Amino acid sequence: MKDIADLLRHHPFAEGLDEDTLSLIAGCAKNVVLQPGDYLHREGAAADSFYLVRHGAVALETFVPGRGSFTFLTVKSGEILGADWLIPPYRSSFDARAIELTRAIAFDGKCLRGKCEADPRVGYEMMKRFIPPLVKRLQSARMQALGMYDAANA
Amino acid sequence: MPQTLKACAPPSYPMAPRMIPVTRFIRESQDVFTFDLAAEHATPFTPGQFNMLYAFGVGEIPISISGDSEAPERLTHTIRAVGPVSAALGKLQAGDQVGLRGPFGVGWPVEEAKGFDVLLIAGGIGLAPLRPVIYWLLRHRAAYGRVGVLYGARTPDDLIFRSEVEEWRRTPDFQLRVAVERAGPEWTGDVGYVTPLLSKLRFDATEAVAMICGPEVMIRATALALEDAGLADSRIFVSMERNMKCAIGHCGHCQFGPLFICKDGPVHRYGRVRSLLSYREL
Repeated sequence: MKDIADLLRHHPFAEGLDEDTLSLIAGCAKNVVLQPGDYLHREGAAADSFYLVRHGAVALETFVPGRGSFTFLTVKSGEILGADWLIPPYRSSFDARAIELTRAIAFDGKCLRGKCEADPRVGYEMMKRFIPPLVKRLQSARMQALGMYDAANA
Repeated sequence: MPQTLKACAPPSYPMAPRMIPVTRFIRESQDVFTFDLAAEHATPFTPGQFNMLYAFGVGEIPISISGDSEAPERLTHTIRAVGPVSAALGKLQAGDQVGLRGPFGVGWPVEEAKGFDVLLIAGGIGLAPLRPVIYWLLRHRAAYGRVGVLYGARTPDDLIFRSEVEEWRRTPDFQLRVAVERAGPEWTGDVGYVTPLLSKLRFDATEAVAMICGPEVMIRATALALEDAGLADSRIFVSMERNMKCAIGHCGHCQFGPLFICKDGPVHRYGRVRSLLSYREL
């Protein structure tokens, strides 16, 4: 049976991570399985975790009164879910709901922040892994916000 | 790979529209529709070429052919109603007549791409000019390597060719990802911008040809992402449409730097137009 470090080692997030750092952050992680419809976090709740999706898909949603929930991003296998644990006040900005059977590695944000504070080298390794996908998502979000497929732009 | 793209010969009287009856009308989404014209009046075309469609009393617009270039029984166009001519065309019914000139222009490099992995990236109505390539690839599947299609749209309600998209999704050895910008909880597919989905396709960047059709901003972002993935700009092809009027390179309305989109395009090698795409005055 694989332990959490083995699972982590096979996720793209851990690519290039040395064994010591991997073992260190694995101490903040656990394996989770989510059924379709399960929520990983809810808008406004404490953002005390982030996830590395191993298999499956998670929808990031926001609720519009009178219109229901809208999905603006899906996070799938090999990707990172959750950034609100990085910045105060550590509060989830959106709902995250599994839309298929999803297996993920869940990290305790407070635990990992503590290890990053204690060893800036670990913090830098985490930053190198978080910033690229966050920047790409920001770029994509800007494209979506521009309404690229609207008639005026088509 | 040859360095020039080839066009079908233009018709003998390129400025004279032929009157052709509509044989079938399909509503694809709220603002997109498809109609078939009686194909016995039509000239053979290659995937990516366009016709000038004339709504009598309103005007004429260029529309890429969205049907199968090897199914002569149907001449199909898919149109988004964005202006007076396209809106008028959207009111046609079976039996009504439309003026047609064409086919014109340089299409997609389906012959040159033989032996390569093929990536098609479509945004919004951009799937329509690429659909003939999909038909072509399905008919000649053994001649190509891996095939991947990315299709982005605003919402699930804006997706076109829905039943066919589902068929393509079920086709073995045919990678298809559809992403919408926003969706309700019933949608279980990808949500987000289409370009990042490139990382989900399996292909050999050194042996791949990419064809992109969609809004120009999407074209630029996607072409750069393909280059980042390792594709040479000579193997990236983009379809552009800009103010085409005469369709034969005489009037100059569609001039784009040294090119006339109507006769040198609408499909261009990205390496040839990439610098022009950054000129805001063009």
